[in-house]
Amino acid sequence: MFKIVKREEMAQGTIVLNEIKAPRIAEKAKPGQFVILQKNEKGERIPLTMADSNPEKGTITIIYMIVGKSSALFGDMKVEDEYFAVIGPLGKPTHIKKYGKVVCVGGGTGIAVLHPIARGLKQAGNDVATIIGSRNKDLLILEDKMVKASNNFYVCTDDGSKGHHGFVTDVLKDILEKNDIDLVVAIGPVPMMKFVSMITKEKNIETMVSLNPIMVDGTGMCGCCRVSIGDETKFACVDGPEFDGHKVDYDELSKRLQAYLEDEKKSYDEYKKKVS
Amino acid sequence: MSDKKVKKTKKEKPNRIKMPEQAPEIRKNNFIEVPTGLTEEMAVAEALRCLQCKKPACIAGCPVSVDIPGFIQKIADKDFSGAAEKLWEKNALPAVCGRVCPQEIQCEGKCIVGKKGEPVAIGYLERFVADRAREKQEGKLPEIAEKTGKKVAVIGSGPSGLTVAGDLILKGHDVTIFEAFHNSGGVLVYGIPEFRLPKKIVKSEVATLIKLGVKIELNIVVGTTVTIDELFQEGFDAVYVGVGAGLPKFMNLPNENAIGIFSANEYLTRANLMKAYLFPEYDTPMPMGKNVVVLGAGNVAMDSARTAVRLGADSVKIVYRRSRDEMPARAEELHHAQEEGVEFVLLTNPVQFFSNEQGRLTGMECLKMELGEPDDSGRRRPVPIKGSEYSFDCDLAIISVGANANPLLTNSTPEINLNQWGNIIANPLNGKTSKKGVWAGGDIVTGMATVILAMGAGREAANSIHDYLTLGW
Ligand SMILES: Cc1cc2nc3c(=O)[nH]c(=O)nc-3n(C[C@H](O)[C@H](O)[C@H](O)COP(=O)(O)OP(=O)(O)OC[C@H]3O[C@@H](n4cnc5c(N)ncnc54)[C@H](O)[C@@H]3O)c2cc1C
Ligand SMILES: Cc1cc2nc3c(=O)[nH]c(=O)nc-3n(C[C@H](O)[C@H](O)[C@H](O)COP(=O)(O)OP(=O)(O)OC[C@H]3O[C@@H](n4cnc5c(N)ncnc54)[C@H](O)[C@@H]3O)c2cc1C
Ligand code: SF4
Ligand code: SF4
Ligand code: FES
Repeated sequence: MFKIVKREEMAQGTIVLNEIKAPRIAEKAKPGQFVILQKNEKGERIPLTMADSNPEKGTITIIYMIVGKSSALFGDMKVEDEYFAVIGPLGKPTHIKKYGKVVCVGGGTGIAVLHPIARGLKQAGNDVATIIGSRNKDLLILEDKMVKASNNFYVCTDDGSKGHHGFVTDVLKDILEKNDIDLVVAIGPVPMMKFVSMITKEKNIETMVSLNPIMVDGTGMCGCCRVSIGDETKFACVDGPEFDGHKVDYDELSKRLQAYLEDEKKSYDEYKKKVS
Repeated sequence: MSDKKVKKTKKEKPNRIKMPEQAPEIRKNNFIEVPTGLTEEMAVAEALRCLQCKKPACIAGCPVSVDIPGFIQKIADKDFSGAAEKLWEKNALPAVCGRVCPQEIQCEGKCIVGKKGEPVAIGYLERFVADRAREKQEGKLPEIAEKTGKKVAVIGSGPSGLTVAGDLILKGHDVTIFEAFHNSGGVLVYGIPEFRLPKKIVKSEVATLIKLGVKIELNIVVGTTVTIDELFQEGFDAVYVGVGAGLPKFMNLPNENAIGIFSANEYLTRANLMKAYLFPEYDTPMPMGKNVVVLGAGNVAMDSARTAVRLGADSVKIVYRRSRDEMPARAEELHHAQEEGVEFVLLTNPVQFFSNEQGRLTGMECLKMELGEPDDSGRRRPVPIKGSEYSFDCDLAIISVGANANPLLTNSTPEINLNQWGNIIANPLNGKTSKKGVWAGGDIVTGMATVILAMGAGREAANSIHDYLTLGW
């Protein structure tokens, strides 16, 4: 049913793209929404954002980093292989409208999540500046697509192998010094979103982040994905995944993401032993 | 002398049959069903205890009016497939109901024999008949009426949706179930554990529906993947909403988001639907606790506590703010939990959780309560005893204090009227909602109730949908 029609490797094989047949979902998908996928009946339910969708072809695209057993299982699937389950579209879509001047900041696979949002914001008439970052130039993804989705485009690498030598937050600070910005969108590793939000909070600039807590059902029935937003507990799968970056309790989120560290390692190690 | 004694025992009414079950020490270490089922001899002996009352009080206690003396007589006559057919007339899932109905407040609670002694074991007999029919493939499936060409969409594959689907396929309609999860059965597969309701039973009930022609589309979240209006556009003539009460309540206590604190929904879904207790053979990790606390005292709480026992916890406590008499769980579940070493900490209310640097749960604080004046429900209201706070260590807490209605579907269909708690308002007689062509029933209407009530609501709605499809709204 959920057949892979296209597969690509990126960032030296650490990141994989799958285009999957899922007509009902493709028809509904909006930027910012995600799906939950399961490789087989014994598999985990894994949330991944839709990096693209094509209602005419009836397909959706996911881009994921291989970090553990489930993503490795996904990565090992070939064109024509089928996912056991794909559920969605889940989560609230990004609120796309005309804000004025927008800065989009992306890191790691967060860039894939950011792309349809940046594209949507530009189409809605915003002036979009995009900053993307990674450890080195070989790990950067979707550069040319991001260039098209932005009016101004900046690259940062931790080792200086491309663009600015340093963090995305350096470039962000610089842009905020020189411009009046109406909205900042930050999607990537939790520490990145935390630091971006700290910077924009000082300047009181509206900031939107996309959170990635551990999930089970993705429909609001378990509470696994709960995050603290200001004084309130929210379920990221139905109330988010996007939230006001200034209100998120990032430390709690980082800790909760570590909940199954030992189990995950055990299961990934066993899998690696089995395939090698 | 000895002669006389024998005669006397003969005259004495036989006692209620004892269901054979795995011993607590053994079952604590496995997920196999606890009661092992009656033998044919036991079932017949128990059937003979029924007085075949002219005005059977038991039937009045059953929400779907199973012909109880009728099916019991067939057991007494050793016509077991006839007994199964009798059950199926009113109850599509007898193997499930025989196991999970709170019989002590329903059918058995009203049984005349129970006035003086112990009631007839109606639940055990129901289970016996249904299991036997399934295992021996006995009993005729009902005839399917001539096709009507009408299409019905059933949203949700819990007991209430399954009942509607079964009834309407028999009446000749074309039925498709849409289910959000990757497996059908609702709470029967994701909530109630294997040791209480083996999943193969639910599977076989669903397989029967498929054999009858019901189509099931899994992985469809109605409200997001497709809306009710779009289902009408796709050509469905009527829609039944049986999506359950799937939004966990938390308690809003300090530190409630610590790692190690779960809703019962999450804990049980991991264990049952995702089979996480078989990790790493299955990929979903299962939280393990040494000192486990379960907050609440219903069936869901007992299931959580007994799952934790089986996963090797050193201690499992049920913390409940009222007293033993008010615990809402089925009597059998309470009894089983106690036998398995679950500790009941009654008249106690949680105050806050404690966690360490890594954000993991390390303990909690509770407050002792005493019973005060009766409240609206007639139960004496628990009131806190000042200064009675105390703390203890725990590393896993499961919150099981109820569920609310999940708004995912209803948000997408504003024409369906809801009550103040977000439950769908449906006509109690026929399940009609405020939107034309849409019916609803089960937990999404009543809030979390019981399997048999959800099925009863499904039955009424199916009749009403049939009338609509053949006669009009
Ligand atoms: C709404 C949402 C959208 C997401 N979109 C994407 C995406 O587009 N591309 C992508 O590469 N990843 C995305 N993620 C993260 C992705 O779900 C995880 O990387 C994946 O679940 C890891 O599974 P695993 O079994 O391979 O690794 P595991 O062995 O389970 O975990 C490995 C590491 O990943 C972390 N992790 C585990 N579960 C999650 C999780 N749900 N989210 C984040 N980290 C997790 C763990 O802390 C651990 O350190 C998204 C997560 C959410 C909640
Ligand atoms: C742990 C536990 C133990 C219980 N023990 C007992 C017991 O011993 N005895 C008893 O009588 N009762 C018991 N109950 C209560 C009983 O299970 C419920 O009252 C009953 O299952 C309700 O049936 P339902 O069909 O209304 O909903 P559910 O069984 O909840 O099924 C609803 C189905 O709809 C699906 N769904 C939800 N939203 C959507 C959507 N938007 N689109 C598509 N599908 C959707 C869900 O995934 C689910 O499969 C227990 C409940 C729990 C949680
Ligand atoms: S369906 Fe439930 S209440 Fe009715 S007779 Fe059977 S066990 Fe009793
Ligand atoms: S009330 Fe008891 S004894 Fe009478 S018919 Fe029902 S089950 Fe039999
Ligand atoms: S993942 Fe279960 S409620 Fe969000």
